[in-house]
Amino acid sequence: MSRYSVEVNNIGKRYRIGAAPASYRTFRETLMETLSNPKKRLHGKMTDDNSFWALDDISFRVNQGEAVGIIGRNGAGKSTLLKVLSRITEPTKGEARIVGKVGSLLEVGTGFHPELTGRENIYLNGAILGMKRSLIDSKLDEIIAFSEVETFIDTPVKRYSSGMYLRLAFSVAAHLEPEILIVDEVLAVGDAEFQRKCLGKMSNVAGEGRTVLFVSHNMSAILRLTTRTLVLEKGKLELDAPSPEAVDYYLMSGFTDGGEKRWRAEEIPAATHPFMPVALRILNENGSVSETIRSTEAMAIEFEYELLEAITGLRVGIYLLSTRGEFIFTSFDVDDESLFTEHSVREKGTYISRCYLPADLLNEGRYVIGINASTFRIKRYFHDEQAISFNVDATAAPGTQWAEARTGMIRPKLRWEIEEITNAKRI
Amino acid sequence: MDRELNAYRQADLTVTEIKPTSGWHLLDLKELSKFRELIFFLTWRDLKVRYKQTILGVAWAIIQPLLTMVVFSFFFGNLAKVPSDGIPYPLFSLAGLLPWQLFESSIRNASKSLVSNRNMITKIYFPRIVLPMSSVMACVVDFLVALPILIGLMIYFNYSPNVYVLLIPYYLLLTIVTAFGVSLWFSAMDVLYRDIGYIVPFITQIWMFITPIAYGSGMIKNPTIQFIYNLNPMVGVVNGFRSAMLGQYTQLPVESMIFSALISLLILAGGLLYFRRMERQFADLI
Repeated sequence: MSRYSVEVNNIGKRYRIGAAPASYRTFRETLMETLSNPKKRLHGKMTDDNSFWALDDISFRVNQGEAVGIIGRNGAGKSTLLKVLSRITEPTKGEARIVGKVGSLLEVGTGFHPELTGRENIYLNGAILGMKRSLIDSKLDEIIAFSEVETFIDTPVKRYSSGMYLRLAFSVAAHLEPEILIVDEVLAVGDAEFQRKCLGKMSNVAGEGRTVLFVSHNMSAILRLTTRTLVLEKGKLELDAPSPEAVDYYLMSGFTDGGEKRWRAEEIPAATHPFMPVALRILNENGSVSETIRSTEAMAIEFEYELLEAITGLRVGIYLLSTRGEFIFTSFDVDDESLFTEHSVREKGTYISRCYLPADLLNEGRYVIGINASTFRIKRYFHDEQAISFNVDATAAPGTQWAEARTGMIRPKLRWEIEEITNAKRI
Repeated sequence: MDRELNAYRQADLTVTEIKPTSGWHLLDLKELSKFRELIFFLTWRDLKVRYKQTILGVAWAIIQPLLTMVVFSFFFGNLAKVPSDGIPYPLFSLAGLLPWQLFESSIRNASKSLVSNRNMITKIYFPRIVLPMSSVMACVVDFLVALPILIGLMIYFNYSPNVYVLLIPYYLLLTIVTAFGVSLWFSAMDVLYRDIGYIVPFITQIWMFITPIAYGSGMIKNPTIQFIYNLNPMVGVVNGFRSAMLGQYTQLPVESMIFSALISLLILAGGLLYFRRMERQFADLI
């Protein structure tokens, strides 16, 4: 019988609504609350009204050497689960057992101090991650070499570029040798080259028979690195299955975050009048709203808006941007001359402009859609460069048989020919 | 299942159990010793960062008490003629200022240690007590750097300690214990209420006035007031440190030693209980 590394039994974590981790109270607020409602204790009991279960009755077991992925949309409880398993926060109920030394990477470079040099931060960060000093001593050269910042190793990290900073931070983390590695979306940072290196290092770890728990939004990374995946939804364990099956389930069931942006009245500036944005949707091949689109499927971007008065010469368009804000393309609904003539005047009413994107266009990653509604050289009615974002998943895209991230923002399926000009045997 | 777990334990595997805790806990020394290297590195970081990009660097640890002593000597010693228990005023005030500044800077730094390291608290596990602990340790190093100027001044005024100088480590420990105890209260409260950041400088300022640093405690004659005054653990610490250093003791001050120790330990125990009680919520609330 193989032994288990992680066993989770009915874990639940309840958070108080309003006591979001980022907010804090001042003494006066507590004082006023206590005075105005004396029955409520300073940290009164949590009830169903003022709290929610971020994790609800989660149970699973991970055997030694298994690499398990955790997926789910934002707020599904992935990070809370990792925090409970890393002992950062306590569960409200249930219990978990972990057999073996745990290394948790919920962030790279935790505890890095900008005033300290690269070398000093290696020691500090290593100690924070639980590495023994002797281990850091013996791995120092390796860590420095992996980070590729040799020349600046004795410079304070505040003078590093963000890329150098990340490389150094990751390289300390990569040399951690725990029996169980708990990793949150740390690979979502850095450039493609760096991500490739990290993924390589991660698959080495998984291949060495260490246990890995890996949270990611990146489905192809999940497929590459893990054999089994847990799908979380609203704090509950929705599915525990082999990774390909779990990823399929996740992508198919439209589990993905929103995929729709609706404008509330107070969000719309007065200057847009008479143009009122209503909603922006990302549609998958089946026409359902989804935040994650497969690279291999066609998609549509649908923008709904209302005109309170007729507008002549209106053009409604989208920008596609990378998450770093680089423009990939811009396109307007009346780019086509015949459409422009047909819709030269748009009467008062509600409209939808729908843009179809072909399959095999975008590479995996996250993209941002911006909106522009204007009349050429006369007036820009509405403009939002970050209206909505969506993910592209490269599962089964050309070239995914090689476990590596592809550089570049597009991933077209192109026609190739291989022609043999000389044949060694014949000569 | 528990049998399985026991088998793992016997096979020398680390077994971590995660479940909701309740009730009150003191210190888990076994776990703390596992993190001693982290305490060392955090102390070292505090010291390194404190004097980075300064011209005078670690000299600041000496300049601060020295300048305070000069100002005190001029205003309290020369102008106000504050009684100093028959000791030359500069020597008297410096011997009080050194343990006081250790105490004060420990509280000042350690109280904010949790909030200023919030990214560590929300991203990684370690016993949270390590943070205020290493802040206090860094202040001890500063104290040790400043100690030689007191010795220099003693040579100048021709004061030599007697055998009771052996009590110095005891009083030093008492200062650290008290400062650490108070810091535990403040740092844990700071997670919930950022008001602590404003309250601490104010409290330490008042605390300094009720501690015999600029004046001798011999000024207080009324026995009731004297008793209340002595409840301040820093009274025993500062008087004890000064007397032990300057050779004022002729016999072991058993009574005051026990009294100070009791109050300090009480503060520490309360601080530990409170800190450990709040600790499990730190990552959620900070």
